[in-house]
Amino acid sequence: MTDKIFSKEEWLGGIEALRETYGVFVPVKDGDFHTFMPLSEGKNPDFDYQNSRLSPKSVVYPQSERLFEYTLDKADSEANIVKESPKDYSPKAVIGIRPCDVHAFQIVKRNFDNPEYRDPWWVQHFESTTLVGLGCNEPCSTCFCTEVGGGPFNQEGLDAFLFDMGETYLVKGLTDKGEALLGKITGGSPADDQALKNAEDLAASASKKITSSIPTDKLKEKRTNDLFNAPFWEDTAFACLNCGTCTFLCPTCWCFDIQDEVLGKEGDRIRNWDSCMSPLFTLHGSGHNPRDNKFQRVRQRFMHKLKYYVDKYDDGVQCSGCGRCVRYCPVNIDIREVCKLMNSF
Amino acid sequence: MLKYAEKIKETALKLLKENRVDTFIGYKKGTVPMMNEPVLVTDPDKVDQLYWDSFCGLNLCNYLTKRTDKIGIVANGCNSRNIVTHIIENQIKREQLYIVGIPCEGMIDHRAVMRAVKYREILDIKENGGKFLVKGADFEETFEKEKFLQGNCATCTHRNPVIHDEILGDPVEEQTGVEPFKDVKKIEEMDPAKKQTFFTGLISRCIRCYACRNSCPLCYCPTCFVDESTPQWVGKSSDPTDTMTFHFLRAYHCAGRCTDCGACERVCPMGISMRQFTKKLNKDCQDLFSWEAGLTLDQRPPLDVYRPDDYNDFIK
Repeated sequence: MTDKIFSKEEWLGGIEALRETYGVFVPVKDGDFHTFMPLSEGKNPDFDYQNSRLSPKSVVYPQSERLFEYTLDKADSEANIVKESPKDYSPKAVIGIRPCDVHAFQIVKRNFDNPEYRDPWWVQHFESTTLVGLGCNEPCSTCFCTEVGGGPFNQEGLDAFLFDMGETYLVKGLTDKGEALLGKITGGSPADDQALKNAEDLAASASKKITSSIPTDKLKEKRTNDLFNAPFWEDTAFACLNCGTCTFLCPTCWCFDIQDEVLGKEGDRIRNWDSCMSPLFTLHGSGHNPRDNKFQRVRQRFMHKLKYYVDKYDDGVQCSGCGRCVRYCPVNIDIREVCKLMNSF
Repeated sequence: MLKYAEKIKETALKLLKENRVDTFIGYKKGTVPMMNEPVLVTDPDKVDQLYWDSFCGLNLCNYLTKRTDKIGIVANGCNSRNIVTHIIENQIKREQLYIVGIPCEGMIDHRAVMRAVKYREILDIKENGGKFLVKGADFEETFEKEKFLQGNCATCTHRNPVIHDEILGDPVEEQTGVEPFKDVKKIEEMDPAKKQTFFTGLISRCIRCYACRNSCPLCYCPTCFVDESTPQWVGKSSDPTDTMTFHFLRAYHCAGRCTDCGACERVCPMGISMRQFTKKLNKDCQDLFSWEAGLTLDQRPPLDVYRPDDYNDFIK
């Protein structure tokens, strides 16, 4: 596997060249924050960033995706036949994705790609994507990846990895997919043992910078009903606006809704991100809503991430510790605090 | 602004202990800088968590809708105007409320602070009089609050609560000579094509999370028009036409009711300036009806009243 050192200029030129083979997604400064965008004319990648405002989950799982289409035109011999809409599964590369967001893909994969169920669209988008991670030299004070099974230099789930060494990037190939991508970038020089050791030191010092402590060790042994009926949910939920900021910014939130939209006689079947914060999420056709109250919806979000998922998969919580919901919840409902309440209840 | 925190605690303690209110709604200090969390206190022993600083830019009136208990609530100028609107619109009764007024010197625009420190991570902020100190891992900078006010606060002319049962300080001087509608006038001068481009650009980042709608005390419909499903009025995808429909209709539903508290902009995770929509309607209400929302309990808002002596011909 490749271990190479590129000057930053060389590397930027290299990813520009990748556009011939891949749809290249990079962090771009867009107003006050960074967003993963397709690299194109006039878009400058900016890898000197903490993390993107929206997680890059949309590259694999778009907020809205047309799954099927149909015509209601009786004159058409194929009237009322639902046909799959064309999709773009050409190779994509996400460059500079943070390890927490890659860990999140691994979590989401459990839902979309498992022995019982395989979501053809998510899987094909995911398989057509090459993930090139970028270690976090300076994690945010709100990050807690190390508390939930990840780390600022965690390479699991990645195809290639970048260490930002100041003037240079040390680039490691991790999978065949990653090697194929790196093979298309010319230049660079082989990394010697000293450079590799420096990279390891950088990773070790970054992990120590994560200061948030989020104990999750007792979640599994708690009785579900005890947590469900815990007295703190009303207080926790009081400030909640029931907006979709936490769920839409979250890299591990996977819920969706499917809608038919018809214009004239032409119809589309569209999959949209949905949010358990919305009353409509659980509204039954009968008019009954099992989660009619705000606190029930707030409880659902935290119980799903920190209890139901834990029980179902027995491999940690459904959270990658990216801290987006902590930073951007408009009313400061902090998952770190809620997790502490649940773990110590 | 910090001086009010202690007074809020004292007042809440007194009200709860004397059973004059069942609950008290205020803020507690947030777990991250520049964020505070609305909190409901019922236990007199828990009033110590109450807090106030220049980052209390949400609208607490949002938490009053259809409550049935007796409530103490903290209210600065704009929040008090929304309480008035809530009372007029029968969302809460005046006699249920004990309004603890706060003369307001404006809230700090958290995004402007982030820009000023060049997006380096802020770890702590300390306010001191008209100044505030911003601390990061390797920097400390002091700024003047006046230059960092939220857009709505910079041009606010109702800083003192318009309704209160008690006020926690001397009224502050109201600003005069401010021009709240400079930006609206610029848009008014655009031709339709330019307006279309401007508004399309304005909302292009919208992710339909509805934080703007849900932070707004005016949005209390049991089912919002965008959530109606039988029949469905608005598409739920990220189609720009549906997103625009949401923003336009949301704004129109606020016509003659919006106090320009700025909560919608403050909460938007994508930094969209949706006040550009509501401000135009506020300006129209001023120009056409000499109306500013929430200043009095004695007058119905212009869009829900008919007067036989209306000077407009079209309505006669």
